[in-house]
Amino acid sequence: MKKEVIFTLKSLYREDMNIYGYRFGKGNPSACIVGAIRGNEVQQLYICSQLIRELQILEQRGAISSNNEIMVVPTVNHFSMNIGKRFWCLDNTDVNRMFPGYSEGETTQRIAAGLFDKVHGYSYGIQFASFYIPGDFVPHVRMMETGYQNPSLANLFGLPYVVIRKPSPIDTTTLNYNWQVWGASAFSVYTNKTDEIDEESARQAVSSVLRFLTRMGIIRYNCHGGYIANVVREEELLNVKANVAGIYRRKKNPGEEVRHGDLLAEVIHPLEGDVISQILSPTDGIVFFAQRAPLVMENASICKIIRRLHG
Amino acid sequence: MIETVVSIGLPVDENMIIQKNRLQPDVVNGTEKRFLVITGTHGDELEGQYVCYELIRRINQNRERLRGIVDVYPDINPLGINSINRGVPMFDLDLNRIFPGNPEGHMAECAAHQLIQDMKGADGAVDIHASNIFLREIPQVRMSMETSERLLPLARKINVDYIWVHGAATVLQSTLAHTLNAMGVPTLVVEMGVGMRLTRQYCDQLIDGIFNLLIEMGIWEGESVNVKKPIISTDGQVRFVNANASGVFVPCIEHWRSIGKGEKLGEIVNPLTGEVCEELFSEVDGMVFTLREYPIVVEGSLIARILGGVSVDADGIMDHGSIAQR
Repeated sequence: MKKEVIFTLKSLYREDMNIYGYRFGKGNPSACIVGAIRGNEVQQLYICSQLIRELQILEQRGAISSNNEIMVVPTVNHFSMNIGKRFWCLDNTDVNRMFPGYSEGETTQRIAAGLFDKVHGYSYGIQFASFYIPGDFVPHVRMMETGYQNPSLANLFGLPYVVIRKPSPIDTTTLNYNWQVWGASAFSVYTNKTDEIDEESARQAVSSVLRFLTRMGIIRYNCHGGYIANVVREEELLNVKANVAGIYRRKKNPGEEVRHGDLLAEVIHPLEGDVISQILSPTDGIVFFAQRAPLVMENASICKIIRRLHG
Repeated sequence: MIETVVSIGLPVDENMIIQKNRLQPDVVNGTEKRFLVITGTHGDELEGQYVCYELIRRINQNRERLRGIVDVYPDINPLGINSINRGVPMFDLDLNRIFPGNPEGHMAECAAHQLIQDMKGADGAVDIHASNIFLREIPQVRMSMETSERLLPLARKINVDYIWVHGAATVLQSTLAHTLNAMGVPTLVVEMGVGMRLTRQYCDQLIDGIFNLLIEMGIWEGESVNVKKPIISTDGQVRFVNANASGVFVPCIEHWRSIGKGEKLGEIVNPLTGEVCEELFSEVDGMVFTLREYPIVVEGSLIARILGGVSVDADGIMDHGSIAQR
């Protein structure tokens, strides 16, 4: 394992922010894994730390195939993480909306450029990503539909679902999108947490990456075969919304099977405590995403369901 | 007439409401033109607040001169402005990156969709921005190259000093102005002043420009205003100056003034060591139309934008110099 500084940012009154890359193996740039780009992505940082630990052991055992190099970048924005902010600490811009970056530009453009300069050129790009609404997902691999996406490769992670997202204009400046445009097969891996650590799904994420690297011939690792993924298009997910605002009580968790009419959540009157709304499942299916925050706004999306296909 | 355009329930005994003030003649026949004045997209940009107040006040003072409809939306991000948040609180989202919205989406996307439904069909619009807390801007209109043919004639009438015709960026397709322009509502984006402050001189200048546009459109009866003749440039004439050190920026020039090639813009200093970390110089003869207002900088922070080939006198009157007029 070689630890190197791939980008440094100096700041007034704080120590330098160093972005580190951990390299394993030698030769062709095969796979690059990036963790926390946002300051609240603690789970993503943790997953990378565990992945680095596992890859170090595998490298010592000689289990990295010859002529393959893997790089892991566990964190990109710990200046914000250390002070409890999600976006860049000074101007609140999002590094993951700045790719491919610009080395002569603004601070977050420079961070993105510094990172992208080192992480492009790999055959496979894997990012541990997060969603902007607080909630829990079924672990899955997400790909942008850029015309270069390859869902059958995404299946090799062995996670239960692969989601294909049609990019909106704002997605064109993400790491995932730019990786693909620059010729890498890019995947975003979502686990069920962001700003807190879930050991079980972190283990699942680490295993999924090791499984993928094994199946691509980059490492030798004995692992459980995982799932045969269902490929779902994001627009096919059924969005369930709260019809009133109040205190939110979740009744179904991600991964749970639901039937039409099952109780998904309740909304409680915030002052008087009565149940003012029962949100029922409009379909048979699997809960793919569920809100976690204790308060809910009117019309807020509280749940996304994968409809069950009747054979 | 104050109307609620969007109302979405918040968790505890409150609705997020977006309101507009519709100003129209006492008798309408359905053929009147409609102009939109929109601001408050970013909760830290306040220059538009004074523009809305003063515009409504002047219209109400001479209501008999109103021949069409003026819809004033003083704050389309009310939670942001009330909490000094640039974005939409709770989502940490830039409202100006989610248009045209989505009726099935989350609160901010729903609000964006409902706003667009309310605005569509208008004959023109101005979307007033005030930079951010970091940078001060001279009164200017910004537009993409693709919309310039249609928008330049309007922009010339709105009494700004500068029109910046920039290249298209895919990410800007999610803005309010792009959405309205794509729907056939000619929409000018005005940038002026600085975040969290009011610059009354700029606001008054823009108000005169809006009245001029209303007169040209037949919405307001009055004599045309003698508006400024703006300098028009493309990206190629704009030089960016970014910090290459972190520290405190101390300018040694004023905003909106000429600068010579090689002239010093300012220094980045270190208050702990007493050292100058970087001296910043202009690479061109030109005019400083953007200047850093917030002193703390890190590597990459934007310090200034300079429009090459333009000079400006003590009254802010600009000489077009080598900039071609279109």
